[in-house]
Amino acid sequence: MRIDSLEKLERIKETHKVEDFNDPTVKKILVCGGTGCLANDSEKLIEFLNHVIKARKCSEKVKVVKTGCFGFCEQGPIVKIEPDHVFYVKVVPKDARTIIDEHILQGNIVQRLLYKEPINNRKIEKQEDMPFYKKQMRLALRNCGLINPEEIYEYIKNDGYSALGKVITQMSQDTIIDIITKSGLRGRGGGGFPTGRKWEITKKQPGKTKFIICNADEGDPGAFMDRSILEGDPHSVIEAMAIGGYTIGANKGIVYIRAEYPMAISRLNTALFQARELGLLGQNILGTTFNFDIELKLGAGAFVCGEETALINSCEGKRGEPNYKPPYPAEEGYWAYPTCVNNVETLANIPLIILKGSSWFSSIGTEKSKGTKVFALAGKINNVGLVEVPMGTTLREIICDIGGGIQDGHLFKAVQTGGPSGGVITEKDLDTPIDYDNLLGVGSMMGSGGMIVLDDRDNMVNVAKFYLEFTMDESCGRCTPCRIGTKRMYELLVKITKRKASMADMDALKQLAYMVKNSSLCGLGQTAPNPVLSTMKYFWNEYMELIKDVDHPQGEGKYKAKNRERIEV
Amino acid sequence: MTSTREISAIKSDHDLPEESFKELEKYIDSIKTTKGALIEILHKAQEIFGYLPRDVQLFVARKLGIPGAEVFGVVSFYSYFTMKPMGKHTISVCMGTACFVRGSDRIIKKMKDTLGIESNEITEDGLFSLKDVRCVGACGLAPVILVDDKVYGRVKEEDIEEIINNYREK
Ligand SMILES: Cc1cc2nc3c(=O)[nH]c(=O)nc-3n(C[C@H](O)[C@H](O)[C@H](O)COP(=O)(O)O)c2cc1C
Ligand code: SF4
Ligand code: FES
Ligand code: FES
Repeated sequence: MRIDSLEKLERIKETHKVEDFNDPTVKKILVCGGTGCLANDSEKLIEFLNHVIKARKCSEKVKVVKTGCFGFCEQGPIVKIEPDHVFYVKVVPKDARTIIDEHILQGNIVQRLLYKEPINNRKIEKQEDMPFYKKQMRLALRNCGLINPEEIYEYIKNDGYSALGKVITQMSQDTIIDIITKSGLRGRGGGGFPTGRKWEITKKQPGKTKFIICNADEGDPGAFMDRSILEGDPHSVIEAMAIGGYTIGANKGIVYIRAEYPMAISRLNTALFQARELGLLGQNILGTTFNFDIELKLGAGAFVCGEETALINSCEGKRGEPNYKPPYPAEEGYWAYPTCVNNVETLANIPLIILKGSSWFSSIGTEKSKGTKVFALAGKINNVGLVEVPMGTTLREIICDIGGGIQDGHLFKAVQTGGPSGGVITEKDLDTPIDYDNLLGVGSMMGSGGMIVLDDRDNMVNVAKFYLEFTMDESCGRCTPCRIGTKRMYELLVKITKRKASMADMDALKQLAYMVKNSSLCGLGQTAPNPVLSTMKYFWNEYMELIKDVDHPQGEGKYKAKNRERIEV
Repeated sequence: MTSTREISAIKSDHDLPEESFKELEKYIDSIKTTKGALIEILHKAQEIFGYLPRDVQLFVARKLGIPGAEVFGVVSFYSYFTMKPMGKHTISVCMGTACFVRGSDRIIKKMKDTLGIESNEITEDGLFSLKDVRCVGACGLAPVILVDDKVYGRVKEEDIEEIINNYREK
């Protein structure tokens, strides 16, 4: 079947029955099918649930739905019962019988599967009452954990493709650019460039052939938000790419995705297939003259390929080395045609902005950073997972309230944001409202949104060494300062952690850091020294304790940092 | 198009199955344009052969009419491509940041000791190869290892022996 007009899309939204999506008499058991929960046997849980349902002959009353990640991976596997809004955590396959017999058939909530608040042991039934979710605002993640990502009709029922329908039947390209610009949306891939501006520049380029590329490379070692969006809600990205394509005048989109994300690739493929079947991709979309299709390109394991010019080289089948900018991809990109490169999370916001309007979006966030940001919260924190908060939320709220504080009663030491390009933030800056500029102001950056919490057991020199090893390995080797500079920096850090370095080495390290920063071609080299500079700034004494002429008898790893900082949780 | 005779000439020198070359050739012939498709083709080749030895690279180069050096340049650039054969099972230890701060360096060390190999090596019996990888996206379960596609979370040093033994031929 083809959906060949906006009216038909609306009609389907009203009338189509998908797994009784909106039927309140049918209970739905949502089971997390994200990577974390799958690793904890959620697949088997689904199998067992279906088995019990069959045995109890209650398949009319209840449906099991595999969804994307709920974000609360630490407590996985997650199960949610709708329309009761009951949220179960750490569910194992053998709980299947209890859930069906007790909850579904008897209507009794299974107390032992409820989330228990660590501080006061209070059990919480509903997702919206849990501290982990309370301060969150899920826009980019709106459908993750809510719909079945492999079922296009569920997406349509949830307003899916309505924004695309609206723009291609009712809006001019300039109107859309105006809406996106006024919304204040900035790129979530790290740079924070205004998305509306980027679309405008690409649209203005002469020529008929243009491309839109979704950057799903996500090389930051500790970030998984883009993957969760693609796995949990692939259609939102596809829809946004079509909107972007229409706006800039492109008929073709490319999703450049890491080969290391097999499940995201497979869900994207399923989604693309379904969208083509319904005519939401392809020729004459929704009966208009707009043609658009999307192709997948797999990366092959190189962090630098996330940089947009390197990504374009890689799309062309070459080594993923960055080019000089300008010309920017918007002017001269894929096969030298104007190309707009956008991040997954950036795109996931687009349909919402179209549907709800620019002033709705710009009312969320801070003055210069609008909307929300998804963070991958990890490290020594109680609630590891994906969290989406309005810009302007403070780091303390994220770490203490949403994250539930530090694991095992240890003390907070620092939080590393921005991945290999970023730096550490200490207790004194925890009340900084998060946005692009504020994070730069405290010596770190937003980056893609990895947030690694460190405690008193972590040695900051080791952390800096970890990131340097990463950038050294991932340097494409094209420019000498980056290729050799990061290697020398790494060697110096090794020397320091082995307690063989002197003050002269510290000076050399600092000089090298500025040299690499100032003379590298692309963002990788320009930001590679940040973790070193930032740890030096805030944890100078940890370096000093390892310097040979400071008297300290223990070896690497054994010594404990002195400057613990306590935060109240 | 490369003739069957040429394929068998390549094969006669080495132990690579002729069938596999045919399969790869069929794949290359099936794609609309080979312009820009080198990485896709190499992904397919690695899927078929398990790795990308010199002869496979040369075969691809000849098929696409590009210099062998260009193919090598691409293969060597990307860490996903390997020029060495892999073991029957690939053990990947996540060395992403979340796993690192939760002790993955100890896990990989223990793994190396237990298997008696370094990263990117293969055990003598050909059963295992070891890789370190960056964030597999299950940071909530850090530290994480993968055996083939199966994810093991919250791995402790003392679990490693058992995990490996699960895959040893009984
Ligand atoms: C070394 C390096 C790695 C990058 N990796 C990514 C990435 O994995 N994903 C991403 O979206 N952007 C990444 N970027 C940023 C992109 O170059 C680009 O700015 C972004 O995709 C633009 O999309 P946006 O405007 O929607 O953020 C990286 C940049 C650099 C310098
Ligand atoms: S800065 Fe580093 S990664 Fe970037 S182009 Fe130069 S060598 Fe390559
Ligand atoms: S993977 Fe299940 S909650 Fe994240
Ligand atoms: S850092 Fe290991 S799974 Fe993310």
